[in-house]
Amino acid sequence: MRPLLEVKNLKKHFPIKGTSLFSRNKEMVKAVDGISFSIKHGETLGLVGESGCGKSTAGRSILKLTEPTEGQLIYKGEDITTFRGERMRKLRKEMQLIFQDPYASLNPRKTIEQIITEPMKIFEIEKATRTEKLNRLLDVVGLSSYHKSRYPHEFSGGQRQRIGIARSLALNPELVICDEPVSALDVSIQAQVINLLEELQEEFKLTYLFIAHDLSVIHHISDRVAVMYLGELVEIGDAVEVYESPKHPYTQALLSAVPKANPHQEKERIILKGDLPSPANPPKGCKFHTRCPFAEAICRSEKPNMKQVSLSGQMAACHFAKEVMN
Amino acid sequence: MQNDSSLLEVRNLHTHFFTKSGVVKAVDGVDFSVKPGETLGIVGESGSGKSITALSILGLIPSPPGRIVDGEVLFKGDNLLKKSPKEMRSIRGKEIAMVFQDPMTSLNPVLTVEKQMVETILTHEKLTRKQAFARALELLDLVGIPDAKNRIHNYPHEFSGGMRQRVMIAIALSCNPSLLIADEPTTALDVTIQAQILELFKKMQKELDMAIVMITHDLGVVAEVCDRVMVMYAGKPAEYTETTKLFDNGKHPYTLGLMHSIPKITEKRQKLEAITGMPPDLRSLPIGCSFAPRCKYAMESCLESDPLLKNVADGHAVRCFLHDDAFSKEESFNETIIGSEKS
Ligand SMILES: Nc1ncnc2c1ncn2[C@@H]1O[C@H](COP(=O)(O)OP(=O)(O)OP(=O)(O)O)[C@@H](O)[C@H]1O
Ligand SMILES: Nc1ncnc2c1ncn2[C@@H]1O[C@H](COP(=O)(O)OP(=O)(O)OP(=O)(O)O)[C@@H](O)[C@H]1O
Ligand code: SF4
Ligand code: SF4
Ligand SMILES: [Mg+2]
Ligand SMILES: [Mg+2]
Repeated sequence: MRPLLEVKNLKKHFPIKGTSLFSRNKEMVKAVDGISFSIKHGETLGLVGESGCGKSTAGRSILKLTEPTEGQLIYKGEDITTFRGERMRKLRKEMQLIFQDPYASLNPRKTIEQIITEPMKIFEIEKATRTEKLNRLLDVVGLSSYHKSRYPHEFSGGQRQRIGIARSLALNPELVICDEPVSALDVSIQAQVINLLEELQEEFKLTYLFIAHDLSVIHHISDRVAVMYLGELVEIGDAVEVYESPKHPYTQALLSAVPKANPHQEKERIILKGDLPSPANPPKGCKFHTRCPFAEAICRSEKPNMKQVSLSGQMAACHFAKEVMN
Repeated sequence: MQNDSSLLEVRNLHTHFFTKSGVVKAVDGVDFSVKPGETLGIVGESGSGKSITALSILGLIPSPPGRIVDGEVLFKGDNLLKKSPKEMRSIRGKEIAMVFQDPMTSLNPVLTVEKQMVETILTHEKLTRKQAFARALELLDLVGIPDAKNRIHNYPHEFSGGMRQRVMIAIALSCNPSLLIADEPTTALDVTIQAQILELFKKMQKELDMAIVMITHDLGVVAEVCDRVMVMYAGKPAEYTETTKLFDNGKHPYTLGLMHSIPKITEKRQKLEAITGMPPDLRSLPIGCSFAPRCKYAMESCLESDPLLKNVADGHAVRCFLHDDAFSKEESFNETIIGSEKS
């Protein structure tokens, strides 16, 4: 079956402004540096990686909220890379983003009712349908109807995040890019929202690109998982497989670092040495070699390609990940 | 648990919002204390009053509509609620630093990170601009911003979510505060950087005897760094005790619900156990226990009056009728709770 979305060699580079007078040639932050993956209809692809590795930029580039520097986006078999204006606007109805920052993304001068119904108004949905949908959405995200007339500043952090989720779902999108949708929520509401996203997925056959740094949440919700490091994918595959037998040293380190909610448990962690390198000046060869416990000479000179490492299609980009032929 | 050696002591704090549609009792009777070098965790459901508690301590409640209607906030023995706005300004940032929950509204979008950091440092410390700049760079390094010497010239929107959060932390730590109030400081951070930040907190705590009030919904973070924990529900403490006691022997039904809703790395695609029902409307709380509408153990008495926070053991306070008259009945009740939770 044709995937809903195909991302091919996507890149987004930002110029670093205001650098010192001495650096003549413009340095670029290579926030996203050539990623490729596809998402099937009704599937959840989890995207994980360290802070600053390019997850949000990838999400925003796919929705073309920021113009990709390079690469191709294919949605329902159609190349949308060059879509502009009205054609892009129509597509926006089908592709929604749940923002990482619930504060900055809600208009402080609008009531909750206005915020949630606004997208429906823009797409000229009738008043009665709007009201019905509003009530349903408030209910599913755990807000009450007396909240309708209130303004964003009257809500706590977690409540604002849920308002953002309600707004994103107002237009019955097909593809929802969820950028850290639950990281600002306490565990009980986190559980409610995750259950909700899963129910909605079943009911409306939603497809999710689910961005998070919380590996337990990603594991819980994803069918497949993609691991990102410094603007590139290092591993992708079936969620159970990646978690049970991670093949890339970076994925292995990430998984070992998850804190356990238990003060007695001894933590056996693979501590990554060194800092995250700058995405403006990433290491040559394998970008992970400066922190990889298994790095050898070849890693410093040659960039490893993504290759298949299990019969079911798990892929990893490491010189020493065992290749599997199928 | 009140103590002479406390650095911060919050007594009977009540912060209400007087809105058109009624009085929102965001914080309604909170007591806790923190000693130098100690870390107190505040956990609780979204909307339970954690941030408002923190903002009350710092004198940052927007007024109107908000007002601290009762209580005392003793910092080094002085009641902060009696201080003038000017006095509070000099305490904030220097003596008490805060990492706010929303980095974007507390960072100035039109100033570069450099400008904001250097200005803050210069307001509170006697340093030259050059020294302040060096300090800012050092702090950005400590919070793990790669290539800080170039990136310091960027504006906040040019940073990722987690990078902004770390800039906030760097600013908060820049003046070596004796109390750090950190409101969800690591929500946007992945585990590796979170571990690095928590280590940095611990290190500063050792070196400066800094106390920390850590507001978080992450029980993993609580387990890792907090000495004691206050669990809040609907503006009030539901349970208040040492971290190990909370995890081994948590008693309040809400606490137990929280523990059960954590997604586990070993479990996949089962429905997560959420605490059912809605958070209460803080403008019209039920007469009895505010958790009663959602509590699996609610009894008739729970609907009639509000339980008080009572000691059930040394240094372990719970607000729940199941654990009232504690010592004698404690064991059997505990069994019922744990037993039926598991089924
Ligand atoms: N300006 C305001 N006017 C009216 N109500 C307010 C105002 N600010 C906060 N509240 C209410 O006070 C309650 C407590 O809010 P607070 O921000 O302390 O929650 P919180 O525990 O920090 O939640 P979260 O985990 O979601 O950040 C919430 O129910 C909120 O709606
Ligand atoms: N508008 C911009 N201008 C310049 N640099 C940017 C811009 N937006 C993002 N960047 C940079 O691109 C890199 C990736 O940022 P991005 O927000 O995609 O990270 P992320 O993986 O979402 O991180 P986090 O988990 O912290 O949210 C960072 O170094 C960031 O500073
Ligand atoms: S290619 Fe080399 S440096 Fe990169 S992950 Fe594999 S072993 Fe480590
Ligand atoms: S007092 Fe009653 S309703 Fe409240 S938490 Fe205890 S058992 Fe539940
Ligand atoms: Mg992000
Ligand atoms: Mg809060």
